[in-house]
Amino acid sequence: MTAAETADTAAISATSLLRFATAGSVDDGKSTLVGRLLHDSKSVLSDQLAAVELASRNRGQAAPDLALLTDGLRAEREQGITIDVAYRYFATPRRRFILADTPGHVQYTRNMVTGASTAELAIILVDARNGVVEQTRRHAAVAALLRVPQVVLAVNKMDLVGYEEPVFARIAAEFGRYATSLGVRDVTAIPISALAGDNVVTPSATMDWYGGPTVLEHLETVPVAHDPSAEPARFPVQYVIRPQSPEHPDFRGYAGQLASGVLRVGDRVTVQPSGLTSTVTAIDALGQSVDLAWAPQSVTVSLADDLDISRGDLLAPADATAPTSQDVTATVCHLHDRPLLPGARVLVKHTTRTVKAIVREIPSRLTLDDLSPHPEPGRLAANDIGRVVLRTAEPLALDDYAVSRTTGSFLLLDPADGATLTAGMAGEAFADAAAGPGTDAGPGAADDGWDF
Amino acid sequence: MTAAVPVTDETGGPFALSHLDVLESEAVHIFREVAGEFERPVILFSGGKDSIVMLHLALKAFAPAPPPFSLLHVDTGHNFPEVLAYRDRVVARHGLRLTVALVQDLIDSGELRERPDGTRNPLQTVPLLRAIEGNRFDAVFGGGRRDEEKARAKERVFSLRDEFGGWDPRRQRPELWQLYNGRHAPGEHVRVFPLSNWTELDVWQYIAREKIEIPEIYFAHRREVFRRDGMWLAPGDWGGPGEHEPVVARRVRYRTVGDMSCTGAVESEAETVEQIIVEIAASRLTERGATRADDKLSEAAMEDRKREGYF
Repeated sequence: MTAAETADTAAISATSLLRFATAGSVDDGKSTLVGRLLHDSKSVLSDQLAAVELASRNRGQAAPDLALLTDGLRAEREQGITIDVAYRYFATPRRRFILADTPGHVQYTRNMVTGASTAELAIILVDARNGVVEQTRRHAAVAALLRVPQVVLAVNKMDLVGYEEPVFARIAAEFGRYATSLGVRDVTAIPISALAGDNVVTPSATMDWYGGPTVLEHLETVPVAHDPSAEPARFPVQYVIRPQSPEHPDFRGYAGQLASGVLRVGDRVTVQPSGLTSTVTAIDALGQSVDLAWAPQSVTVSLADDLDISRGDLLAPADATAPTSQDVTATVCHLHDRPLLPGARVLVKHTTRTVKAIVREIPSRLTLDDLSPHPEPGRLAANDIGRVVLRTAEPLALDDYAVSRTTGSFLLLDPADGATLTAGMAGEAFADAAAGPGTDAGPGAADDGWDF
Repeated sequence: MTAAVPVTDETGGPFALSHLDVLESEAVHIFREVAGEFERPVILFSGGKDSIVMLHLALKAFAPAPPPFSLLHVDTGHNFPEVLAYRDRVVARHGLRLTVALVQDLIDSGELRERPDGTRNPLQTVPLLRAIEGNRFDAVFGGGRRDEEKARAKERVFSLRDEFGGWDPRRQRPELWQLYNGRHAPGEHVRVFPLSNWTELDVWQYIAREKIEIPEIYFAHRREVFRRDGMWLAPGDWGGPGEHEPVVARRVRYRTVGDMSCTGAVESEAETVEQIIVEIAASRLTERGATRADDKLSEAAMEDRKREGYF
């Protein structure tokens, strides 16, 4: 297929969207993999390639360095590092992709947490010569903690280990065991050479012992979303639409984006946290009146009764409401350079609601490399993962993060300067400790060695 | 209105959404978040395709009420007349309020000086910041997309600007899930980019799907142009062409719409949105590489402009 034909097909058909993240240590060849994916899927255009060729020549490199395709800012080029999450966009005739490209330095855990928070799939890179190292375990733990549904282990630099199957098999098995222990059920291991192009977009000519998909084939075919009808409906109200115009004197619609589940006309709903109930009388899906809507659609909902509902309220099925409480226990990743201390007064930003809170306790900090717990750490510094106990000024309708990545997540903000301090996930940290609805207990489920 | 678009994805299931549906819902969510959390939001509206899509999304997000935002256009004085006419038509049709900040005003008052190359694109930053300050706008919607340029690839959806409008890439707030932090101090404002995750192709596919009217200069037409730095520029009051730049007639269209002095036309036969989509999908040049002289200046041209408060 020529580039023009590929493009035509992509142009005409509506496709699905996959958000994924990449993580790897500094020298695992992550930028080369991303550059290779963009280049070999013909997503790099000639002026971008010309810029990379020029920059490579200026640096005295003979061949264009595909890693430079993903370099963003001047500071990064000067220091040869990535300081922030960069988003990349590419498409094939089968799917559109949004890639959160996250740096691999130890001090940038927060960046991987950020990239993983919206990802439906994470690619973790290892160097075939080194196998599973501390950083790999760290990346796997972040993917598990953020509940990224799919994990791909890309064993890179296979060319440097003679393309030997036993090397790949050993690394894949070791990673598989670790991932299972974290509660990650869906791991796909792929042997690649990003530099030579083996199994990134085109199947390797030198690894005929591998019969699985290439990285791109896997990205194109992996199921994108889980079934929203298996989840309870969650509709955080963003804004109340009241035109008060001659044409619409009495219209009152609740605008929001379904965070999970399916909402139908006729559904009996509870307004949380007030507890008032009503019935859905109409759903407007951006100009189209519909009988049902599902996550992540943005819609406007009308109810049978005139209730006091405003931004920050949650509409949930009357028979499947979210737990409401002022006492929150969560796993957090601290993001800010100022440490988080017990007793700190913060704001909790949860869906469309922001409330005051106090950090009552920081019972433990977790070392991600080996998952060892450190009780009573006294504080959480930037990039620390830990447990916190909060007391909020008003009740929050907060699901476990295992139940919903949207209604189970929150941020802590500094009330003084508004800075984003901490990312929080309600409930237990890993999937084995609190399996959500629809998840089946894997082989490692009983193995709860991380009671930190 | 919107027809549900069938998704050609065998893994989709009954609750599949197309990529355009997902991007549309995300952008609407962003508009509604701003409406819920800010006092005086404004949409930057140039009459270019990205700002047209932004306005379309804002209209859908709050229907049947009008969007709770006004519009702001920074007019370089070198804009395409067809685009200004389109801008005024749209403003009138939807009964919106438009503020126009003129680069010319600041040149007349001596606060800004014309550049030797005649381009006024970098001169937009001062009138933009002046308008934001003067009108006390606290949230400013821009049509910037992360696929446009490598400095934009690191931009947040909610991007905090200091009292000088500056962007510091190393001090950006982490942005997780769909939680956008819009808190800011008095004097600071937040730039908001609802189309962050859209590509050029997505914008055109959406224009086609929603049947949105766009200015006619996006379609192939015969125009007097001259060649400069490998681009076809249109003669105008801004000063082109130079002495050794012969004017010729070509069949062209515009891929982006900006200041006439630095926005190039591409040779094209595309007369419909569908033909434009096929042409863009087959193009081997990025939108900015094909049409923006100002980004050819250096590897970090956009990064530098953004630091100073540019869009």
